[in-house]
Amino acid sequence: MRDGNRHEENLIADDGGNRRNVGDTLRLPRFSSLIIMLCIFLTISLLILFTILDRPPVSQAEAGGGYRSYGPADFPEIGFDVILPEPQPGAVAGAYTLPPPPFSDEDIFPCSGCHEDTEVDPRRRELVDYHEEILLNHGPEDRWCFDCHDPADRDHLRLANGSLIGFDESYRLCGQCHGTIFRDWRRGIHGRRRGYWNGAKSYLLCAHCHDPHAPHFAAIKPLPPKLRPELLGMNQGSTP
Amino acid sequence: MDRRRFLTLASLATMAGFASLACNTKPGFVEDLLRRRFTELGPADLDRILRGLEEEYREKYHRAVSVSAAPALDDVEFGYGLDLSRCVGCRRCTYACVHENNQSRDPQIHWIQVLEMKEEAGLHLVEADQYYDPPLVPEEGFFYIPIACQQCRNPACVRSCPVKATWQEPDGIVVIDYDWCIGCRCCMAACPYGARHFNWAEPGLPPEELNPDTHYLGNRPRPSGVVEKCTFCIHRTRKGRYPACVEICPVGARKFGNLLDEESEIRYIMREKRIFVLKEELNTKPRFYYFYAT
Repeated sequence: MRDGNRHEENLIADDGGNRRNVGDTLRLPRFSSLIIMLCIFLTISLLILFTILDRPPVSQAEAGGGYRSYGPADFPEIGFDVILPEPQPGAVAGAYTLPPPPFSDEDIFPCSGCHEDTEVDPRRRELVDYHEEILLNHGPEDRWCFDCHDPADRDHLRLANGSLIGFDESYRLCGQCHGTIFRDWRRGIHGRRRGYWNGAKSYLLCAHCHDPHAPHFAAIKPLPPKLRPELLGMNQGSTP
Repeated sequence: MDRRRFLTLASLATMAGFASLACNTKPGFVEDLLRRRFTELGPADLDRILRGLEEEYREKYHRAVSVSAAPALDDVEFGYGLDLSRCVGCRRCTYACVHENNQSRDPQIHWIQVLEMKEEAGLHLVEADQYYDPPLVPEEGFFYIPIACQQCRNPACVRSCPVKATWQEPDGIVVIDYDWCIGCRCCMAACPYGARHFNWAEPGLPPEELNPDTHYLGNRPRPSGVVEKCTFCIHRTRKGRYPACVEICPVGARKFGNLLDEESEIRYIMREKRIFVLKEELNTKPRFYYFYAT
């Protein structure tokens, strides 16, 4: 009897008023359909679960940093207080200041202090006892000390035309070959400047950044990268 | 007591309660609620707000903090140059910026991102890596490109702000009023350079690391829930100083100057060097120029 009732319910009217049996085409055994659906659902969820579990832990995901948070206070050796001494009251626009050349105050200069008594040996040779730490890696094979230093006056540098200049003017010597860099440096494009974009500035000599005997800029240690965003807010910070 | 009398008394009592609340808060509370936007403030109101902020920071950090609102200098439009042939990717600029501009240490916020790019791939943002951490830089076969706010002449962020809390100053710096920002982050979505950063939590700034020389539109301590970004060190550059990143850069790759001054360093670069801007096709017209000096 119940089957008959259900049969009646499954009969619906179409537009023309004809009656049609829907259940005859769509009916499935109830429990088997439920079990099939459940199996499909479980398979998909297990697949998703395994994909998630299969991922490597975040700290081994890829090379590089970003797993710890650092702040400027972690690097006291770098003076982040980039504060130039306030300019002198007389400092006007276009005034330039310059720190003394390297080795000016380390019992090294004047060079004549030692070199006065030594005999000049212009030969290209391996240096022993003195200046053996100098690694000459600056251009062609035939470069030697007296291309830039003056054999008679060790307290000065010598330009190609023979005129002597002080170590505080060494840029004139460098500029003899590196003309385009020299031009940029004079305009403030090459090299580091500090101070006032509209006034007094401090600049550096070539030798402050480049070792004149091996001028290629040495590689330096980078500060650490920023924290990866997935680790933000996980109390990985170095500062409390 | 009849109904009419009760209602009159009750409403009077409520009004008195609100009035006493308003009177008991710190001076200027009501004025702050009703204040005008920053660009429309009169000198008296501005001064009251600045002194109020200084007082607030002194209480919070137990240090004397100066908050300035120095206006743009006349006939000045700032421009920035960055020499990609020099940058070694050492990230000194990133940390000097954090130090100078009072960014949150934890949660960490960096205004300058330095990207490492493969030389063979060229300037390809998709292939860039910002988590590089080798023992020494520069690495063989890579070059580096630091990216911060490009101070666009046609800034998408400014147009997207629903409350006009961010705008372009006469000297070209795009600034944010942290007291006006509602934290909707529309500007962050609009910025094609990822230059804007959001304070998801109360910024972690140890008092001893605070830079007490601040500007209202720049590096003053921020509350949580506001957006912040590079302002070309507005508190330094409006006094004539170079930005902190320019001065810290160990290779001198960063250049700064007045775009309206023929003799400035940035104008020399634009005349003499090959320059480009990032994402030129978006018509944002940045004031930040990358160049190759050699």
